[in-house]
Parts: sequence; C-alpha cells; structure tokens
Amino acid sequence: MLERGEVANSWRRERWDSLRLLTPNWLSRLPGHRYRGPDPDGYMTMGEVVEFIERFATVTRAPIRTGTNVTSVRRTDDGYHVTTSHGDIGCRALVIASGACNRPTVPPFADAVPASVVQLTPFGYRGPAQLPDGGVLVVGASATGVQLAAELARSGRPVVLSVGEHVRLPRLYRGRDVLWWMDAAGVWDQRHDEIDDLTRARRLPSPQLAGTAKRRTLDLNALTAMGVELVGRWAAVRDGRALFSGGLRNVFSLADLKMRRLLDTFDEWARTHGRDAEVDPPERFAPTHVPESARWQLDLGSGEIRTIVWATGYRPDYGWLDVPVVDPKGRLRHEGGVVDSPGLYALGLPVLRRRKSTFIHGVEDDAREVIDHLTRHLAARR
Amino acid sequence: MTTIDNGVNVQALLDAREALKGAPEAAQFTWRASAKWQNGVHSTVTIQSFHGLGQEQSHKSESVFTADHPEVFAAEDNGITPIEYLLVGLASCLTAGVASVAQNRGIQLRSVESTVEGNHDIRGILGADSDVRNGYNDIKVTFSIDADASKEDIEALVAQSQKRSAVFDALTNPTNVTVEVA
Repeated sequence: MLERGEVANSWRRERWDSLRLLTPNWLSRLPGHRYRGPDPDGYMTMGEVVEFIERFATVTRAPIRTGTNVTSVRRTDDGYHVTTSHGDIGCRALVIASGACNRPTVPPFADAVPASVVQLTPFGYRGPAQLPDGGVLVVGASATGVQLAAELARSGRPVVLSVGEHVRLPRLYRGRDVLWWMDAAGVWDQRHDEIDDLTRARRLPSPQLAGTAKRRTLDLNALTAMGVELVGRWAAVRDGRALFSGGLRNVFSLADLKMRRLLDTFDEWARTHGRDAEVDPPERFAPTHVPESARWQLDLGSGEIRTIVWATGYRPDYGWLDVPVVDPKGRLRHEGGVVDSPGLYALGLPVLRRRKSTFIHGVEDDAREVIDHLTRHLAARR
Repeated sequence: MTTIDNGVNVQALLDAREALKGAPEAAQFTWRASAKWQNGVHSTVTIQSFHGLGQEQSHKSESVFTADHPEVFAAEDNGITPIEYLLVGLASCLTAGVASVAQNRGIQLRSVESTVEGNHDIRGILGADSDVRNGYNDIKVTFSIDADASKEDIEALVAQSQKRSAVFDALTNPTNVTVEVA
C-alpha cells in the first residue's frame, strides 16, 4: 500500500478544523474494527477519524509505505510499472484507492472575480479566524457549503449562500439518525447495476448534514433562521458583478420533493418490516422558505463581500495515471471498480458498486467483490 | 401497467440522448429568426430554417409572427408586444416539458393549463428611472393539471419540467448576446 503522506493523510491535511464525520460513530466500522467509545450516536472529529484509521492500520498490520508519492503508472506486458518518489515497482494488478476528492473544483469565472476579494477553497479553509472581517459569499450548498456558511455566520460575518441543486435531509427522522434509516432500509445497499441513472447518482452532491453534539438539522431553513441570505446558483461574472440564477425556487422544490420521497421510502420500509413501534411517528418538514425576493446580482467591487469560499465540489486527480482509462470529464472509466484495463481496479469512488461506496463502512462489500475479481484475474494469467 | 399516451415519443428522445452522448457536435443547434420593420413599432418575424444534427434543417412551413405594441403605448396593436413573446416561449416550453416528463414517468395527462404573468415596471424602458430595469422584475407561472397522479407527483412533474427547460434556463440565467450591424 502506497501513501503519499501519512496514514489518513487527507483527513489530517485537507479538512477544516471544525469538521466532524457526517456518519454517527456506530456506523464507522471497518472489517473487525468498530467504534467502542462512550458515544455511539456522536460524530468523530478529524483527530478521532485519524486515530480510528491509524488503529485499523496497526491492528491489520497493513503493509503501508508512507511518504511514497506515485508519480506515474504505465502499462507493461504483464501488468503495471509504478514510479514513486521512492523508486519503481512492477505489479501484475493495481488498485486505485485515491478517492474522488483530490482537488477542489472552482468554476472558470473565478478568474473574473476582482483581486480585492479573497478566494478560498475547502482545502485552504481552516476556520473563520483566517478570513478578513466583512461579508462572505459561500458558493455551493452541499454538506461543505452549509457547514461553512453556518460557521461563518456564527462568527458574526454577514453570509450570502449561493444555492444550486442540493440534497436536503433532516439530521434526525422519527427519532433516529437519518443515516440509520439509509442503512436499515437498505437505501445504501442499492447496487450500481440497479440504479436508473448511474451517472447522475455518481454526481450527486453530499447531503446537507453536519455532525454536531446537538444533532441539529442544518438545512436551508436553519441557515435562513441564522441570518444567512440565500441566492441562486452563481452563473457568471459580468462587469465585476456576480450574476445568480433566478431559478432558486425550483431547486428548493426539487430538493423538498426528493426528501419527501425518501422519507416515504423509510415509512414504507418501517411499516412493511414491522418497525413502526421502535421509532417515533412519521414526520413531515416545512418546505424550504423562499425569500421574498432573492438577489440575482451582487457587486463584487463594492466591499460588501470580502471573501468567497468555493464549496463547489471536488474532482479526482489522475495526472499520474499514464493509462488511457480517464474520460474527457476526468472520471475513471470503470464497471463496478473494474477499470477498463486488465488488472486495474478502483475502490472508494461515488456509487462504485453501492450507494454507500464512499462511506467508511461502505467500502467493505465493494472491496470483497473487487478483490475477488482481482484474484481471479491473477489466477487466470498464471 | 396500462399504456399511457400523451402523444410524446419519449423513446425517440431517450435514443437521441444516448446517441448524442458520443456525438456532441451533432447536438449543436442554431435557431434563427429574421425580422423586418413594417412601420412604427410594428415588425414581422419569420422563422423556417435552423441548423442541427450536422446539417441544415427546415420546419414544415414558414411561421410569421407579428409584433407591435398596444394602443396604451400609442401604437397600432397589430400584434403582441415583444416581451409577451417571452411568455409564449416560457409557457410552451414548460408545457412541453410537463407532457414529456409525464410520458416518461407513465402518467396519463387529461389537461394541462397554465397562466403566466410577468411583472414589468415600464419606467425602465421609458428611461424614467435609472434604477428600474428594462425587463421583467419577476415572472409567475401557475399550472392546473388534471392527471392520473398524486399532487406530489404532479408537483414533481412541474419541477422536472423547469429543470430541463431551455426557456426557463434562458430567462433565469444570463446569456451573452451580441448585436452587430452587418
């Protein structure tokens, strides 16, 4: 196993200070390894995640070479040639487990933002203290965007949040963590070959969730109540002005409707599986409140906004992969983790084989099936 | 499941989606209109040809649209106001979307009606107040749909129709417009 930095490197270096896992502690499990602390319903801090993964590495005696950066992978007659910062390796099979979040994505019009406005991505953001005083425009309303908007609003800064399509979820539903429902009702186990629109499922933004001690919901209504101003999806910069979509109401409707359908699925599951008695009665949440009139432009030179935080997603980085298996959009071509090149595999990508593929507990089933394919590949070529 | 028919060939659209995934150049369309000044603020606009699927295409016949302004604008009212044509575009685009999405989701429609209202402060175009914009301040569309579906499913149809609407996008998002003198 090659690791460019230390074990759990991205959890150590590419996350902001206040971040906690979105999944409750009891769900954080790896083969033979689970949370055994006093707070199964809590959410791990980054320090705790690092410890958890480090401990797993120790217990399993994983053969990890840390500080080993892969700079190139090339195909050879019977496998792959790997060039690293610590020498070359030849192998017959190779698993790419570098994830889907290697680089923050920022839209091209970021270049047109006036130099007087500080721009940050989640990789550079640590906490509110590092920002200049004054207004902040947070772009994107996935888990990252809503968490940073809330934290910045609590720091006393005026916050504008630009909202495109998003996934709304309550933290608790019928008294249980919403991710308990995802797990128990089998939503997370849905397989890649059973999903109608797999491309879309793989591109879904992370749900509007935060791991906090009070297990509070952090949807757009919660942010509005905190004084965060919502504007539409940021579409362009023209004459130093940010122009936002006027379609805000519809992205609210889409997210509200999708959430309701998901909750219907949970209710249906509880009813048909005789679980109604152990949870609270069904609930429905207020629709997302539509602002009286959302602004559709903002003068970036006026000084109102001093900082822009881009929470506009991440992309994988395959710059080191000299095998033609990356599509024009920079995504790996694979079928359930079996990459389009013999002996090459992937793990830990969105909906790789199941909806839970990118969660800590979700990789186990995928890994078993991918490794099964890998061992058959090795056996066949012997 | 009984077969539902809203008159939309969804299979052809789904096939096109698959085919064009691998042929982005064929997906490039250019729509065209030619306008001619008549008199006063009255003009006529004709539309027939367009470009798409890699070649010139043509509507079955030429359509002619008359645009003018109402008498309260001191005009002859030979036809609707240009900004009203935006309502025509929005309403027809969303309605087509509702029918297509319903067909794809197996929902039989019985009637789809909508009203579209655009609020317009004309002090902008008259130059009476420089803080007032020229275009609509806001637009409201109200659908009444009779279909074999729950209220939620109907709301989802309308939401999906907006999500895939060319005119909704063109009105809600900025577009670069170049106007030249030939």
